[in-house]
Amino acid sequence: MIQTAVEFAAVSRHFGDIRAVDEVDLRIAEGEFFAMLGPSGSGKTTCLRLIAGFEQPTAGQIHIFSRAMAGVPPYRRQVNTVFQDYALFPHLSVSDNIAYGLMIRGQGRSMRRRAAEEALELVRLPGYADRKPGELSGGQRQRVALARALVNQPKVLLLDEPLGALDLKLREQMQDELRSLQKSLGITFVFVTHDQGEALSMADRVAVFDAGKIIQVGTPQEVYHRPRNAFVADFVGSSNVLPAHLTESFTGQSCPASLRPECIRFVDTGGCLVTVASVSFLGSATRYTVLLDGTPLTVLSDNAQVAAQPGREVRIDWDNERLHCMSEGHE
Amino acid sequence: MLKLAAGAGLLFMHLPILLIFVYAFTTEDKTYQWPPPGFTLKWLAVTWNRADVWEAMRLSVKVASVSTVIALVLGTLCAAAVSRTRFFGREAISLLVILPIALPGIITGIALRSAFNLADIPFSFWTIVLGHATFCVVVVYNNAVARFRRTSGSLIEASMDLGANGVQTFRYIVLPNIATALLAGGMLAFALSFDEVIVTTFTAGQQATLPIWMLEELVRPRQRPVTNVVAMVVVLITFVPILAAYYLTRGGGNTRPPGN
Repeated sequence: MIQTAVEFAAVSRHFGDIRAVDEVDLRIAEGEFFAMLGPSGSGKTTCLRLIAGFEQPTAGQIHIFSRAMAGVPPYRRQVNTVFQDYALFPHLSVSDNIAYGLMIRGQGRSMRRRAAEEALELVRLPGYADRKPGELSGGQRQRVALARALVNQPKVLLLDEPLGALDLKLREQMQDELRSLQKSLGITFVFVTHDQGEALSMADRVAVFDAGKIIQVGTPQEVYHRPRNAFVADFVGSSNVLPAHLTESFTGQSCPASLRPECIRFVDTGGCLVTVASVSFLGSATRYTVLLDGTPLTVLSDNAQVAAQPGREVRIDWDNERLHCMSEGHE
Repeated sequence: MLKLAAGAGLLFMHLPILLIFVYAFTTEDKTYQWPPPGFTLKWLAVTWNRADVWEAMRLSVKVASVSTVIALVLGTLCAAAVSRTRFFGREAISLLVILPIALPGIITGIALRSAFNLADIPFSFWTIVLGHATFCVVVVYNNAVARFRRTSGSLIEASMDLGANGVQTFRYIVLPNIATALLAGGMLAFALSFDEVIVTTFTAGQQATLPIWMLEELVRPRQRPVTNVVAMVVVLITFVPILAAYYLTRGGGNTRPPGN
């Protein structure tokens, strides 16, 4: 049976009047790659800090591998963090940075050195042991921060926007590496990001945060195709939200529904008649904004739709099972 | 023209200091006669054998050392509090700490003197130390605060995250990162205390620190060049730490890794 790695039971963290985390319930399974996704100020980073022990909950219980964490300081938790700014110690060499946790635990110099070198191999940065953090590039520092956390063999690894400071190419490469590293080590990764693409491509499950609450938890596919409300639909990829009366005319159900832009296709006959409002070329695809009965819809299509020019009338269609009924929820 | 003016300015500032050095070796011991009638090294020996010089010197070193230690502890704690936490009145406290150095020494002196009188504290070694600590704290505080600001706050969290408790974090992470700033602040504080006159005149009882002793010597001279020899020593003792402090804060600056 798979153990629960991290469990939140009605956890709140208030800062004065601000409810940064508001009665959150959460279960993260052992070995899971779990993403906390949300806009800034939604409480995802505070949740991470609650797991790390930098914050104590105002109310509620946190368990890590069934151990109650109330009052347990960060240095007594089998949890390590990769910080957003990496927080490498500037006065220590790369190998001393990595071996810091081992030094604190009283391991000998030669053992620490060996462990640091192995960790550098793991993050594909061999030969950098004697550099200072100031001499490394952003991507290299990121790898050192990762090695420094992993060398302690944590039960849970926390990553706070670890790829935020990297450029696009490097970020995509690190996404793949993190993912395969997590699979090979089997450590539970909890990962905070505001980048939905990152969350969807890397995580086993995603929790979508808004205003201190978790709105939805699910696999990337679930969260993407079956958003619980308009916030999730809009934040996780762009989505069209059909108002209730329009949904009713297609499915008979009266509820607002999400419809992903790539699920809409242009057709010659049938479907429904819309007016093209704008066209923008994205490279691999083209994004059209069309008006259906006054409701703007975004359509993502390949580049062959020469007929769809602004002002023209075209026909669009979609499979009604792609319409996902949502709760009313907040905007 | 500008170069000439700058040169003249520099001469005006530094020539008198050179004169002091020259007069330390003159054979004439009553007046400052130019040019010196002759040169001798005997005043070094004379100074060496004067008990009052040694006593003043010992007092000054003791006062400066104790004030510096007090300033190091209080200044660092204060800097840590101001830069690490947010609390009501933080800015006000920051200003209050810096104020003594902006305040004329004579005000500090009078204020302390009347406070000591009011509290019936007899003037002693400790009253001098207290007076000096008021401005020594500022120097240490300023240096430490600047360094704390340049040190990323998540370093402490990272250290705790990696298993280090508060004491270990202070020893392995905080201290190495602020050490050069503290050393620089401490040296400046020592130098400031060592040649302080105004506050000392108000807070000292019968004891004379080295600068006070020199002032007295100038008023009623015996063996005038002895004062010059002492002045030379004071210049060396204060100049070296200040220079070292300057290089320490300039060179050891890179405490936060540069951004991308």
